[in-house]
Amino acid sequence: MRRARTWLPGLLLVTPSIIAIGVFVYGMLGWNFRLAMTDKHDEVSEGNFVGLKNFVDIWDQPRWHISVSHAIMFTVVFVLGALALGWLLAFLMEKGIRGEGTFRAIYLFPMAISFVATGIVWRWLMNSGMEQRAVGLNRLFDWIGLPQWQWFRDPDWGMAAMALPAIWQMSGYIMALFLAGFRGVPEELREAARVDGCTEWGVYRYVVLPMLRPVTLSALIILGHISLKVFDLIVAVSGKQIITDVPAVFMWVAVFDSHDPAKGATIASYIVLSVAVFVIPYLIWSVRKERRP
Amino acid sequence: MRRRWLAAVAITMASVLGLAGCGGSGGGTASPAATGGGDAKKQVEVFSWWTGPGEADGLKAMREIFEKGNPTYTFFDAAVAGGSGDKAKALLQSKLQADTPPDTFQGHAGAELQGYIKAGDLEDLNSLYDELKLKDVFPTQLIDQISVDGKIYSVPVNIHRSNVLWFNPAVLKDAGVAAAPKSIDEFIAALEKVKAKGKIPLSIGSEWTVVHLMESVLLGSLGTDAYNALFKPGANWGSPEVTKALNSFKTILSYAGDPQDDWQPAAKQVADGEAAFNIMGDWAYGYFHNPPDGGLGKKSKTDFDWAPSPGTEGTYLWLSDSFTLPKGAKNRDGALAWLKVAASKEGQDAFNPKKGSIPARKDADQSLYTDYLADALKDWSSNKLAGSVQHGVSVNQPWLASITEAVGLFIGSKDVAALQKGLVDAATANAQ
Repeated sequence: MRRARTWLPGLLLVTPSIIAIGVFVYGMLGWNFRLAMTDKHDEVSEGNFVGLKNFVDIWDQPRWHISVSHAIMFTVVFVLGALALGWLLAFLMEKGIRGEGTFRAIYLFPMAISFVATGIVWRWLMNSGMEQRAVGLNRLFDWIGLPQWQWFRDPDWGMAAMALPAIWQMSGYIMALFLAGFRGVPEELREAARVDGCTEWGVYRYVVLPMLRPVTLSALIILGHISLKVFDLIVAVSGKQIITDVPAVFMWVAVFDSHDPAKGATIASYIVLSVAVFVIPYLIWSVRKERRP
Repeated sequence: MRRRWLAAVAITMASVLGLAGCGGSGGGTASPAATGGGDAKKQVEVFSWWTGPGEADGLKAMREIFEKGNPTYTFFDAAVAGGSGDKAKALLQSKLQADTPPDTFQGHAGAELQGYIKAGDLEDLNSLYDELKLKDVFPTQLIDQISVDGKIYSVPVNIHRSNVLWFNPAVLKDAGVAAAPKSIDEFIAALEKVKAKGKIPLSIGSEWTVVHLMESVLLGSLGTDAYNALFKPGANWGSPEVTKALNSFKTILSYAGDPQDDWQPAAKQVADGEAAFNIMGDWAYGYFHNPPDGGLGKKSKTDFDWAPSPGTEGTYLWLSDSFTLPKGAKNRDGALAWLKVAASKEGQDAFNPKKGSIPARKDADQSLYTDYLADALKDWSSNKLAGSVQHGVSVNQPWLASITEAVGLFIGSKDVAALQKGLVDAATANAQ
């Protein structure tokens, strides 16, 4: 009885969450995968089990190839860009800039804005009009004599431009992560390195950076899963046009325009799987680390 | 110990209630019942995508007539913003699937409604049509186009025209183009002349405006009968005639300027004299003509002018907004009262001059429709009819999504063969 008193209140506390997550996350995930394995290609049909047919068939669609390659380009530019910029900002902060608090707040502010608001502002900034018709960044580039660009409407590199607002929004957060990481490196270690004749660059290269590996990994996971699921930003900037198509937008079109639930579920499954590729190794790694004494 | 128990139970209860609360408020956005309390029964929830200048004014005018004639009902405006009803349709679909339909919703008359009909979401309105003798006041061709197995599921409020070529007379004069081009070949020649003058020959907006352009080119190149046949059983989208039309489409698209964000900025390029031509539906007239708080305040015939899009003279490529009666509407009588206003001469004559469209009824008061609308009214009664693709008359929503996808891929690849294959596949998969 006494033992029950120790664990039961705790269990009761978390039970609602467990039930809610069980139903609304894992239950829905399971339901989605089941739907993806049926031929329910309109809303009224029953849907028979067809196995992995939908998962194979989708690779015959030219649009799927486009949206996958867009997602890859977006992810690479966004993740590397946000990591590099966040690291640089944290590095500058760490060097003891005056008014650090103010700068930190300024860089973190974009985090408080939704992707939709960011997207609407950047849609204007990245307007593809040139020369007399230029507005936004192209107008600025025109004034200072830099080459103008079609931005997200560029047929080859448009998705790299699409990553810019995302970098703008998330790099402050990455900066905060890295800054905490930098501060977590004991001053004694740096001093020891300096005493051993290490240059300032060497201190970062051989002492600080290796200790930041867990932070970098967390940042990578956070950015990676945001990037693979990106939807709101794309829709706010360009709507659901194929020139900026990504799997999440394709999924939306499949469900609400094409009225094809099975296809939408298939795309959703691929998005979940691609995020899982990022997250599961991280979970395994962190669980192992916690078990270590 | 007891207190800890109590606390645990209290927190558990609170979190369960919190969850339930979240669920309730999440699903109940814009639900009139949540706010109405005792009056909820008398509310009529009217779902539309009329939020822009002109269209919202028209809705308001119709609402005033409705409230005057039906003092026991209050009008609940459940409009969702977004051109062509993109976002509204997605929200509507989730409401229908949850069996909480609005009392009446806007839909493009024609094939677009077929998905809802097939899913059993709509009540047929034949009794209403008989009661009000609506079959006598709407054009026969229109009644045919919106009937499914002899049943009619919606009340058309207005008629828009899709195949309108808007142009800037000054730019044309400057380029040496004497009049609006009457055929696809003349159109291409005119585009070339404008290009030589350094202006944008043809302005375009986002992806859907290119689909809109394609339907006008298809109609202009194929002719009305061949165009209409494309949407009948056994249609041949793979024919050499379609190939020829699509090649013209490719040529025309090569004269297009940078894509603008939506149709308004593209139309504005014509009004501002930056571009010569734009093919857009006649809702652009209100945008050109209305005073600056909602439009551009331009003078018709001098700042901008119009003609049927090249090769389509004598044909009205139409679309129509209509209202429906969903099964399980909370206030069915209220919805019927609304449909009666929407079908009435008084309601249509209040709505249409503001919205910039012509009434679906044949007996409208002609004096209310001036300038462009007078032209449209004249053409509507004399022209042959063809149904729009982009605006839901000829194809249902999945078919349109496939066509949009094929055109979207074509914008990137400029591959006519792939576009035609995409259109053939779309027709095979979706033809009714």
